[in-house]
Amino acid sequence: MDLDRRSFLLDAGRLIVLSASASLAWEALLEGRPETAPNYTMTDHWWGMVIDIEKCIGCGNCVRACKTENNVPLEPYTFRTWVERYVVELDDLEHPKVESPNGGYDGFKPIETDTARIKTFFVPKLCNHCAASPCVQVCPVGATFESPDGVVLVDTDYCLGCRYCVQACPYGCRYIDPRTHTVDKCSLCYHRITKGLTTACCETCPTGARQLGDLKNPKDPIHEFLRTHKIQVLKPQMATHSKMYYNGLDGSVR
Amino acid sequence: MSGDQNPYLHVFRMAGLFAVGIGAFLVLRALYVPGDFGTFGHYRPAALEANRAVAAKFAGRASCEACHTEIVEARKDSKHGGVGCEACHGPLARHASGDDQAPKPVKPDAARLCLTCHRADASKPRTFKQIVPANHYPGEVCTSCHNAHKPQLS
Repeated sequence: MDLDRRSFLLDAGRLIVLSASASLAWEALLEGRPETAPNYTMTDHWWGMVIDIEKCIGCGNCVRACKTENNVPLEPYTFRTWVERYVVELDDLEHPKVESPNGGYDGFKPIETDTARIKTFFVPKLCNHCAASPCVQVCPVGATFESPDGVVLVDTDYCLGCRYCVQACPYGCRYIDPRTHTVDKCSLCYHRITKGLTTACCETCPTGARQLGDLKNPKDPIHEFLRTHKIQVLKPQMATHSKMYYNGLDGSVR
Repeated sequence: MSGDQNPYLHVFRMAGLFAVGIGAFLVLRALYVPGDFGTFGHYRPAALEANRAVAAKFAGRASCEACHTEIVEARKDSKHGGVGCEACHGPLARHASGDDQAPKPVKPDAARLCLTCHRADASKPRTFKQIVPANHYPGEVCTSCHNAHKPQLS
């Protein structure tokens, strides 16, 4: 065997470095947080979110944090996430009144009228990161796509600004950025979740009404939550395979 | 009738035009579509990197708690224990990264900030602590009785 001193030392060094990084990754996996493993592997993750209507207080922290984090224009029609307030009159359950002044960016004016005959609640909304996204299906140039880890992303350099996807999204989650004239939407803070952080909206939600979850991580608490709660997605009849799981969603929500 | 002329000439002309058109399309396509287009699906893999390259503005709770251990201690058993630091203190990634040029974090204005969440509203969940400012010690600042990091009085 022609193994001289020099190549032996090199190989030994490589072996030590490799096993060190592998053991780091393995430790992170064992502790149920593969996202902090040094090498992010897209196929090891499948991102979704639970949104607990029963915890949302409509403070607008998520809307403000999202606009800051993602440099979204402060226009009243450009939102990656927004909060809606539903007011349902009990003798007309199918026609709720929905309002979202500036997307909830400035909070909501308290309801001070008699509330005996109404029910009212907040619904946070954002891109549903569908596994079968209508927006992806209509893009003529491949400028929007589902990433291998289950996030619907936009390729801003490739987008023509044709607006097909804006019309295709059943949830109204897309807007045209007035600065670039290309489409933009929630990226599920892809720059954060791929580095082990949670999204800006989850980070700043004071009541934990939003929880990012990795559906491919068996130790993620999202599984326990989905199992023990009555979960609904928005517009299930559209067969979009949405990954925004709402708890306590009223039937009047569209 | 000009007898020498090939009666199918017009077909060949058309075929030639098609061949030139298809050839031009293939050349332009090879020039403009990136080579790795379609590696994972009908998109450019470089777009994944572009989406990852954005700089975060919120540092995340873990990096706050790595230094501010006295606050971690103060927030033990706090009703605000589940609230992320930057929910009240704002985006502080530059501060957390140790950047000397980073703007100094500002103490939040309690008179305004507390009511962002705790002002009574019929739309809020019943179980959430709410006050009507006019009935709950009007004129007082919240922090004269409550500690923001551990708001319960006991």
